[in-house]
Amino acid sequence: MKRSFLLAGFVLSLLMGALVSPFASSHPDGLEKVAEDKEFIQLAEETPAAWSNSPAPDYQVTLFRNDSLATSFAGLLGTILVCVIGVALGKILLQRREFKQ
Amino acid sequence: MHIPDGFISPAINATTAAISLSGIVLASYHVRKELDERAVPLIGVTAAFIFAAQMLNFPVLAGTSGHFLGAALAVFLLGPSASILVMSLVLLIQCLGFADGGLTALGTNVFNMGLIAGLSAYGIFHALKRLLPQSRLGEVASVGFAAWFSVVFASAAASLELALSGTSTLSIVLPAMVGVHAVIGVGEAMITVAAYSMVRNVRPDLIQSHALHQE
Repeated sequence: MKRSFLLAGFVLSLLMGALVSPFASSHPDGLEKVAEDKEFIQLAEETPAAWSNSPAPDYQVTLFRNDSLATSFAGLLGTILVCVIGVALGKILLQRREFKQ
Repeated sequence: MHIPDGFISPAINATTAAISLSGIVLASYHVRKELDERAVPLIGVTAAFIFAAQMLNFPVLAGTSGHFLGAALAVFLLGPSASILVMSLVLLIQCLGFADGGLTALGTNVFNMGLIAGLSAYGIFHALKRLLPQSRLGEVASVGFAAWFSVVFASAAASLELALSGTSTLSIVLPAMVGVHAVIGVGEAMITVAAYSMVRNVRPDLIQSHALHQE
């Protein structure tokens, strides 16, 4: 139960990102809904994106035709990516520095 | 609550970006005072969980969805400094990799969902811990309420930025944003309590941030 707990947490995250994500609600989120209701959503629609090189815009890997598959793959990649970078960042920032006594 | 390009004025985006960047630098230095290297695997798993859970929009009210934020959970598992770093990482990857949140608004999104959400969760947890009974139930209640407030405060900050940018007026956008996020915050509280309790019960040794949990 020691090591396996963290592994289970990671596997759960992978399952959520890859398998549950295609079933997520596609309704606008809180901010989008307010922007629609209060009629300022057009400001975002009229503004060209400052960054347009995302490999998976709106969590859909552009390689895939099938929407669910595109979302699953985006979830899988993103979840692994943030985990790897998070671990690397943690190692860099928390590495024990050897001080000479 | 990821703000796209076009909603926030350059002046506000520049201001929040400067504050967010300062917060990230401070957190990078301070994180060593809150955690040691044994926390590294939990940092990775927490980041993974937050990214994945943020994709799972759940329906709230009619025709609206909400999703988990995670700043409060990161505070309770890793402490405030690491929480700022983890949220910034998730938001950066979401912006560049998944076009969620505009690049010009990245500083604002880190400010709202990283700094405001995390620090308000931290502050409210401490305030409530003093007010509520010193029991496991009191602790769980503090965690839940702090998670709820983190989402509400982040939405209030977003409203203020929208108003200051001239995108909407505060009297219109603040009640609308806080209203819907008060409902979304209930989901945040439930997920945060569930995930926190799981770690607290099975691997209490993983939660190192002693400043937060000293008895």
